[in-house]
Amino acid sequence: MSYPKVLTKRMEDHPADSHTIERYAATGGYAQAKAALDMTRDELVDIVKASGLLGRGGAAFSTGLKWSFLAPARPAYLVVNGDESEPGTFKDRQLLERDPHQMLEGVIITAIANEVHHAFVYIRGEYPKPARRLQRAVDEAYAEGYFGKGIFGSDYDLDVTVHLGGGAYICGEETALINSLEGQRGEPRLKPPYFPAAKGLYMMPTIVNNVETMANLPHILDMGVEAYKALGHGDDTGTFLTSLSGHVNNPGNYELPHGITWRELIYEVGGGIPGDRELKMWIPGGASAPWFNPEDHLDLPITKGDTGQAGSMLGSGAVVVMNDTTCVVKAAERVVRFFSHESCGQCTPCREGTTWLEMILRRIEAGQGRPIDADLLLDVSDNISVGLAWPPRQTTICPLGPSAVSPITSIMRHFKDEVMAHITEGACPFAKTEVPA
Amino acid sequence: MTTTRDEAAGELHPSGDDRFALVDKHLKRVRYEQDQLIETLHVAQDVFGYLSDDVLIYVARALMLPPSMVYGVATFYQLFTFEAPGDHACTVCTGTACYVKGADDIVQSVREAHDVAAGATSEDGRLTLKTARCLGSCGLAPVVVLDGTVHGHLDAAEVLALVQQALEEEEAD
Ligand SMILES: Cc1cc2nc3c(=O)[nH]c(=O)nc-3n(C[C@H](O)[C@H](O)[C@H](O)COP(=O)(O)O)c2cc1C
Ligand code: SF4
Ligand code: FES
Repeated sequence: MSYPKVLTKRMEDHPADSHTIERYAATGGYAQAKAALDMTRDELVDIVKASGLLGRGGAAFSTGLKWSFLAPARPAYLVVNGDESEPGTFKDRQLLERDPHQMLEGVIITAIANEVHHAFVYIRGEYPKPARRLQRAVDEAYAEGYFGKGIFGSDYDLDVTVHLGGGAYICGEETALINSLEGQRGEPRLKPPYFPAAKGLYMMPTIVNNVETMANLPHILDMGVEAYKALGHGDDTGTFLTSLSGHVNNPGNYELPHGITWRELIYEVGGGIPGDRELKMWIPGGASAPWFNPEDHLDLPITKGDTGQAGSMLGSGAVVVMNDTTCVVKAAERVVRFFSHESCGQCTPCREGTTWLEMILRRIEAGQGRPIDADLLLDVSDNISVGLAWPPRQTTICPLGPSAVSPITSIMRHFKDEVMAHITEGACPFAKTEVPA
Repeated sequence: MTTTRDEAAGELHPSGDDRFALVDKHLKRVRYEQDQLIETLHVAQDVFGYLSDDVLIYVARALMLPPSMVYGVATFYQLFTFEAPGDHACTVCTGTACYVKGADDIVQSVREAHDVAAGATSEDGRLTLKTARCLGSCGLAPVVVLDGTVHGHLDAAEVLALVQQALEEEEAD
């Protein structure tokens, strides 16, 4: 089945040169940025609010609403979040590499709407190639007068700086990213008072938005609010990009309409599980998201509301599929180890808790778990995220700590027997994970 | 005796190593702004291959930052290394998707075949084995980066063959 393409249309139609300014110009390029110059801040904010666009960086917060919160002090800054470090996520990379001008047009629109004259794009350190592509696109756009002094012949000045990160997952968190841009360690700041919209980069009002969020903006202005909303499903407007990986026949990035079901995603778009094995579970929205399982979730529509009600989130759009040869303890250990490694260390529950969770999971996996370990996992988790509720309650500066709890609650709620089998049998029932051909 | 920043930057590094001039060029371009620390470390690492204490102190002095702060920032980020890398670098992604597709087997077989721990360089200095968090190419899982080239969908035996090939090419030079 094929679905309408918006953000990935140019790269699909013109795979050879979708990243060039010539191709962008030939397919409507920068007309919306130019048009935005004739609109007021209020008009632009209202359009984006009405479009229902939700941020695509993970928190799914209304972009228009975020813009409306920008404090009045100036200069204000725009920071585009291209840190894309959530394991399993590789959509922003595609947008940066294959259609950088689409994203840059979104940057101009956002800058105008928020009276910003200097925008920064923070690219993940491990993405030197996308960063080079983007820098080339920036140079081209400067040469055309789309950036710099008096853009499009107006009296509006706008500069954009591409910044390469240093390799730290936590820098995706918006206040850590701001610290990192300032040349510091990427440690998250406490909110309040450091809400970026009030006290962000260099303590000035700052908008932080994701790369995919930016890429949506030219289309919203171009097709209009109603057409944009019609692409989606209820409150989830527009299309979304998902990075599908793990045990599926067709891993990759897909642009899809909200509201299709997980079954359609995994079995139609993803082509099902290799070797006709059974689907055991999947991560619906990046490593921070609690896992889904076929009995309860396969026919749920993919929307923010339905996913949230079922106790998880669409997060960064990363879907990792696991078949019946995957050991849940080992898989959880893998995700928890990631968080424990990436914890910035400021908050004790996160720094110590994730380390403990990793150690306990590791000994259970090695067949050295004690009967009390199952409760211990939940107890440590409860100290990081009180009550193990969804959405999580946080005892920490940022949501990274509570994210590490997601795999624990996932396995303890749905796969407790398998966890206990490790302990009672003194060995992992899946001694070796089979690698699908 | 105190030295001003401009004097410090103008001087040839006492070691006579002219690679410092490349770092200087970058420092001038960014006008010695302290918030350019991370970019400067990137440049220094590109030039030198890794960040020795000497290089870190040099950067600290040029940007007028305490060495402890420069060290603190550099060690926060995973892309900075503080030891000379081997002639060849093999990085195995051990992110969730690659794990599901057997990344552990790859790490283990390279480790055993070349007697090198993950995160270390073999004794003869020929091969550095690294593991990485998700590299954003999960569609290719399991992902291995050998000397900067990304390889996907390989099993342990195929990776071993590639590593061997890289090492042998070196010998032929
Ligand atoms: C630990 C952590 C990591 C994050 N990583 C990213 C990331 O890699 N990319 C991203 O766009 N947002 C990331 N976010 C979300 C950002 O904090 C922020 O909400 C987002 O960039 C806002 O943009 P949006 O409103 O357009 O989604 C992360 C958040 C947390 C707590
Ligand atoms: S929750 Fe973890 S990652 Fe976030 S600020 Fe605290 S210690 Fe750092
Ligand atoms: S998990 Fe290896 S590239 Fe994403």
